[in-house]
Amino acid sequence: MSQEAKLTPGQISQPAPASNRTPRLSDANSRDELMKARKQRTLWGDAWMRFRKHKLAMLGLILFVGMILITFIGNALYGRPYDSVFEYDSSVGPNPDNLLGTNSLGQDLLAQILWGGRISLAVGILAATIAILLGTAIGAIAGFFGGLTDTILMRITDIFLSLPQLPLLLLITYLFSPSLQQWSSERFGSVNVGVFLLIIIVISAFNWMTTARLVRASFLATKERDFVEAAHSIGAKRSSLMLKHIMPNVLSPIIVAATLAIGTAIITESSLSFLGLGFPPGIPTWGSMLFNARQYLQTSPHESLIPGFFIFLTVLSINYVGDGLRDALDPRRTK
Amino acid sequence: MGLFLIRRTLISLMTIVIISMVVFGIVKSAPGDPYGELATNPSISPERIAELRDALGLNDPIPQQYVKWAGQYIQGDWGDCFSTCDRVAPYIFGRIPVTLAVIGSSFILSLLIAIPIGVISAFRQYSLFDQFATTFAFLGFSLPTFFTGTLLIYIFGIRLNDTPLELPFIFDRTVEGVWANIRQAIMPILVLGLASSAALTRFVRSSMLEVLGQDYIRTARAKGLKEQSVVILHGMRNGMIPVVTVIALQIPEVFGGAIITEQIFSVPGIGNALVSSIRASDNPVAISITLMIAILVVIFNVVADILYALLDPRIKLS
Repeated sequence: MSQEAKLTPGQISQPAPASNRTPRLSDANSRDELMKARKQRTLWGDAWMRFRKHKLAMLGLILFVGMILITFIGNALYGRPYDSVFEYDSSVGPNPDNLLGTNSLGQDLLAQILWGGRISLAVGILAATIAILLGTAIGAIAGFFGGLTDTILMRITDIFLSLPQLPLLLLITYLFSPSLQQWSSERFGSVNVGVFLLIIIVISAFNWMTTARLVRASFLATKERDFVEAAHSIGAKRSSLMLKHIMPNVLSPIIVAATLAIGTAIITESSLSFLGLGFPPGIPTWGSMLFNARQYLQTSPHESLIPGFFIFLTVLSINYVGDGLRDALDPRRTK
Repeated sequence: MGLFLIRRTLISLMTIVIISMVVFGIVKSAPGDPYGELATNPSISPERIAELRDALGLNDPIPQQYVKWAGQYIQGDWGDCFSTCDRVAPYIFGRIPVTLAVIGSSFILSLLIAIPIGVISAFRQYSLFDQFATTFAFLGFSLPTFFTGTLLIYIFGIRLNDTPLELPFIFDRTVEGVWANIRQAIMPILVLGLASSAALTRFVRSSMLEVLGQDYIRTARAKGLKEQSVVILHGMRNGMIPVVTVIALQIPEVFGGAIITEQIFSVPGIGNALVSSIRASDNPVAISITLMIAILVVIFNVVADILYALLDPRIKLS
């Protein structure tokens, strides 16, 4: 075997000795051809390839992105009002005029689903983002610094894990909602901004713990590795050790956790609304639509079942995305 | 073992104290005054309000208020309800057994569903059964309790109306007879049980898969044991240990599910009482129930931890 055949891609650019013409790699033209023929593979490209093979995850991704798109532009396309009362006959089942029927107040159900879905999705995505950022920060600090910092942060995490989430969520929204509504109506001219912020904050405040534990464990394992030691010895700062060297290696579990957190956050918001403690009446989030329709379950079941089905479908699709990502981002997991 | 028990109990006591501080802090830092409504009442003079506030200790420093409140809470003196009941403590203690009965039976139901399905699923990995089981577990995992409840009411309460399968979906406390009471408890238990069984099935499956791939299982097979005894006696014995931890981690979620389920089916438990008290702005009841649920969660966690330590000899107890 000739020497050039063993060359790694990084060494190719070095000019090969002119006398040795046999290996193709040393030839500039054929090297380009070779690179063209075999497309360059990247870590993320590989992950995307594996993800695409997971059919249900792809379906989930399409559904979830589709759900975001239609809730954000659907109202303009559909063109029916979501809030004016008795615009149509009340409690009519799905028909050509109102595609998903109407509710007991004579409002178009599809228009409400589209309008309210925007809020449910926005709450889910924003709350999950904040929770993941918080969890990652706490986990990274605990795992990187260790010692007393670690003990204190993990004790706090344990306490949060043993808190009864839903009762506290109910208590906090109930206690703080009135004053926040007042504050936001003075500040933004609408009470809903305050409720929106409050719900996002409380949901994320109770949703960061598993991520923190996960990130801490990965940080503990990664910081002992040789390349981190090497970076440390050439004088890398602590911040760059954490962000540049360790973080990329713990990113995969964080991404998976983030997708699953969106589902949890959407369910939590719907649960709050379902118990009548989420957004004020008049804001048709999917959970509050279910809450309002419950008493009419016997006479017009579609009012309850349709929003419930939308919640289920959204959560299911995002969970499948998470499942596919888990497989795709971990090359060791082969099916 | 003794040392472990003492340590674990002390830690959980501290956790309860901290949680009580958190709950108290949340209530105290909330804007608004529980006696604010009195100020708008013209028949009560401002002096009288000040007197009342003084008598109730609302002007004391916050730590002093906390100590007083915590002391009363420990002694079982939880004060008077504002509107939903008479005295807080008897009201809540009267409802705890209902909640514990619903949670307990749904827990047993979820174990009965999750363990066989998870074990068979792992044993016959990638078989048709496994694919069905994992798909259904995934669907169940994404189904929120309030939607399952609504769906079950729609199917068993409305669709199957006037058939033997029809189930009552409003809990009636005046109902007499064992069968009638069991019948009306079926749906809430089913909703809660199905919800936790989905996550549990997934976990049992993956835990069993891990165990079944280990060397000692191959040894057991190699020495000619029957498959049944390999899976059940050798595999399950170790595969079920981590399940205990997962159950412990699920407990706060189960209580959350219980609140929603009790609300859907009007089950007279503490979850239902919590939601009613919040809707009625009955602060003492809401606070006491929240703390009570927190304490129950911590107690169950301790029990699960001790069980785990007892079951797994690899865990060092000291």
